[in-house]
Amino acid sequence: MNRLVDRRLSGKNRSAVNRQRFLRRFKAQIRRAAAEAVSGRKVADLERGERISIPAKDLSEPVFHHGPGGRRNLVLPGNREFVSGDRIDRPEDGGAGKGSGGSPDGEGMDEFVFELTKEEFMDYFFQDLALPDLVKKQLAAAPEVKKARAGFVSQGNPSSLHVVRSMKQAIGRRMAMAAGPRDALREAEAALEQLVAQGLGASVEADELRDEIEALKARIAAVPFIDTWDLRYAHRVDQPTPSSQAVMFCLLDVSGSMDVGRKNIAKRFFMLLYLFLTRSYERIDLVFIRHHTVAREVDEEEFFASRESGGTVVSSALELMHEIILERYPSASWNIYAAQASDGDNWDNDSPRCRELLLQNILPLTQYYAYVEIEAEEPQSLWHEYERVKAASPRFAMQRILTLEDIYPVFRELFRKKVA
Amino acid sequence: METEMESAAPPDARRQPLSEGSEWTFELLDVYDREIARVAALYGLDTYPSQIEVITSEQMIDAYSSVGMPVGYHHWSYGKQFLATQKSYQRGQMGLAYEIVINSSPCIAYLMEENTMTMQALVIAHAAYGHNSFFKGNYLFRTWTDAEGILDYLVFARNFIADCEQRHGEAAVEELLDSCHALMNLGVDRYKRPARLSMAKEQARQAEREAYLQSQVNDLWRTLPAKQAAGQTKLATRFPSEPQENLLYFIEKNAPRLEPWQREIVRIVRKIAQYFYPQRQTQVMNEGWATFWHYTLLNHLYQEGKLTDGFMMEFLQSHTNVVYQPPYNSRFYSGINPYALGFGMFRDLRRICERPTEEDRRWFPDLAGSDWVKSLDFAMRNFKDESFVAQYLSPRLIRDMKLFALVDDDQDDKLEVKAIHDDAGYRTVRQLLADQYNLGNREPNIQVYAVDIFGDRSLTLRHYMHDRRPLGESTPEMLRHVARLWGYPVRIESVDQNGVSQQLATSEA
Repeated sequence: MNRLVDRRLSGKNRSAVNRQRFLRRFKAQIRRAAAEAVSGRKVADLERGERISIPAKDLSEPVFHHGPGGRRNLVLPGNREFVSGDRIDRPEDGGAGKGSGGSPDGEGMDEFVFELTKEEFMDYFFQDLALPDLVKKQLAAAPEVKKARAGFVSQGNPSSLHVVRSMKQAIGRRMAMAAGPRDALREAEAALEQLVAQGLGASVEADELRDEIEALKARIAAVPFIDTWDLRYAHRVDQPTPSSQAVMFCLLDVSGSMDVGRKNIAKRFFMLLYLFLTRSYERIDLVFIRHHTVAREVDEEEFFASRESGGTVVSSALELMHEIILERYPSASWNIYAAQASDGDNWDNDSPRCRELLLQNILPLTQYYAYVEIEAEEPQSLWHEYERVKAASPRFAMQRILTLEDIYPVFRELFRKKVA
Repeated sequence: METEMESAAPPDARRQPLSEGSEWTFELLDVYDREIARVAALYGLDTYPSQIEVITSEQMIDAYSSVGMPVGYHHWSYGKQFLATQKSYQRGQMGLAYEIVINSSPCIAYLMEENTMTMQALVIAHAAYGHNSFFKGNYLFRTWTDAEGILDYLVFARNFIADCEQRHGEAAVEELLDSCHALMNLGVDRYKRPARLSMAKEQARQAEREAYLQSQVNDLWRTLPAKQAAGQTKLATRFPSEPQENLLYFIEKNAPRLEPWQREIVRIVRKIAQYFYPQRQTQVMNEGWATFWHYTLLNHLYQEGKLTDGFMMEFLQSHTNVVYQPPYNSRFYSGINPYALGFGMFRDLRRICERPTEEDRRWFPDLAGSDWVKSLDFAMRNFKDESFVAQYLSPRLIRDMKLFALVDDDQDDKLEVKAIHDDAGYRTVRQLLADQYNLGNREPNIQVYAVDIFGDRSLTLRHYMHDRRPLGESTPEMLRHVARLWGYPVRIESVDQNGVSQQLATSEA
């Protein structure tokens, strides 16, 4: 009468649609939470899921319920010291067993916490940056692979049929299959020759031999020239292409005017370039250089942490970068990328020097150099000098940024090259 | 507590356990199921055929977040439930329920593949025999739900709502469902017996109903003036003529601006609320009954020598956890554990039948010494939590659980202990505990009071106060939901014990 059913293999993601609906309905809140999560992450640490927490009151499902007040009776278990008629002070938190309506989930928490998958999290990240779909796809996809030869197999599609191998195979098979009949044929022919030599060429035996010879020849002829199991196909396997290494320089102005908001935009800018590089290179080094009037190589925490007062000399950072390249990253074996973020301030006399440094020392060594000016007021000398650099080199990109959506155009060239 | 029932006799010396290890296989599941069925038949448990499905933990989370319904329409709130369950499961904050079972025929019970053989046997006994027989026997389920029709109806509901999403957009449907879900608890008939559900009938009648309903509504909201007779009729045509308890039903039939498909969705939510209504009224009995039977059935098998000692150790540990009742001042206290109370009561009933004391004879003259199987069966069939507690909670169990009653009155600066587990208090404690399970006391009593059909078409709801308890802070938001469905302004008033009403809130449509 009872039935046992094994359901383990039938669809497990029955709640996927409902989950998507939930995410869509609370898009704004989740997006805000995801943006906060991005600020808390390291540049190189983008590709994992995230715990998102949004205020529980935003997503409550209300019902009519009783509020506090009035008279209520409670029956509780585990009495130890009370006798009837005892009068007890109200507990601070409103009394044992209270909170009848409160939270309909029975979850008395102020925050609703859940996990976003890596893909969903990346999606929110991309949305902020207004990336075109094609680029998103390119970034979100697994690293590209190249087909590599890996011997021969007996099954495959016609386009990868290997003719020489197949013919070799066929020759071998034909020889093997015809070997027996050939021996028999040779014997029969020898016997017939003997009979003929003895002058018995017209005898019954000779006729029988001739029939046999005919039959054997037919059998040999019937061995197919080529057969399906002779076919050999070239076998190819996927090999991930990124095989080279890259270094990414992050240059950040930390003078007084770079506040937390600007730094956050800068961080996204670095993240996006990093993400792009992870798609193309197996190994990526990050170098963080912060500068005001002097430049210093620092680790990531310090990079985004404090800011310092005082003027700005951009060339100090460029010089340091050049030194580091010469010292540690010979351009023959490293692909060099650089991203520079600043609010546009520079010491006036320094800007022409920056242009020279870029054009003569740095750009010839690098693949791509991206510069953003974050929430800058009027373009200043640095911007004008950089415009001349841009005109002179296709590897240089620059952009003024007010919001996160402005970041992507800096990389447009970079991504277009890959897409094409 | 003593273990008076089975532990007395040592297990059969010629023991031949069904299995030794903790691994389960489909063959073993089948063997255990047959054995449990055999023993259940000895006790006369009457069940629907059951379908025992083995699923993974992910599938269990899925099942969990759709209240166990094997088929459900899509809504974000189920997604929220899913995320919450998934999170706490992944962080190890909670184990998943070992089983989910719903009252359908066949009765579907889920087993998780991760469980040991012992747990699978426990779940089979608990769900496929305990709950199953309760669903089939209890009068509330018999009158309010149709176990054979529900799966079909859920399929119909899912398809209909998916269809509406196609035609009218997901946003419109979602909004409507939000409002309906908010009113779900007020969408049940408490006294009237509902018609049976079935997909064929539903579909056939749906088109007919659409046309008919719209014509009815149109008539009620006729805009042509009927001036001549207005003088007399105005007083006579109070609408509705009597207050209505079922808000969703009233809205489905009378809301002036709903489209036919919207009425159908209101109806679907209402029907599903109605289907789950008995579940909410019999939690203690249902869980108590299922727990009592897994305990009894597995102990019986142990007596026959079919279960190993290791099996029993694991089983008892898990059983003990389920029926643990933390005291009121414990960190783990979150209300009275329905498993503990229900199991305690059924076990106590059996004791009263088999070994009554002097006290039991005074309190339960009819029960003491009667055939326990018959007495328990009668109790299971004819009660709900409220009446079950009022009828059967014994002084012995009140003492064992050390129950006491508190009065929390906002006009008094202290809490008062009204009664405890002593001779003077048994009846009071029992009555108050029974009241605690009365849904009518737990949820605010809100009814449709009047519609201004000749004026601004506004709807007035009345909240009839019980013990001066006011409505909570969600009221304005709830009114917005009602107004979204009604289409015109909605007001709510509270009526206190003296019949004085007080306007609480208004919401424009």
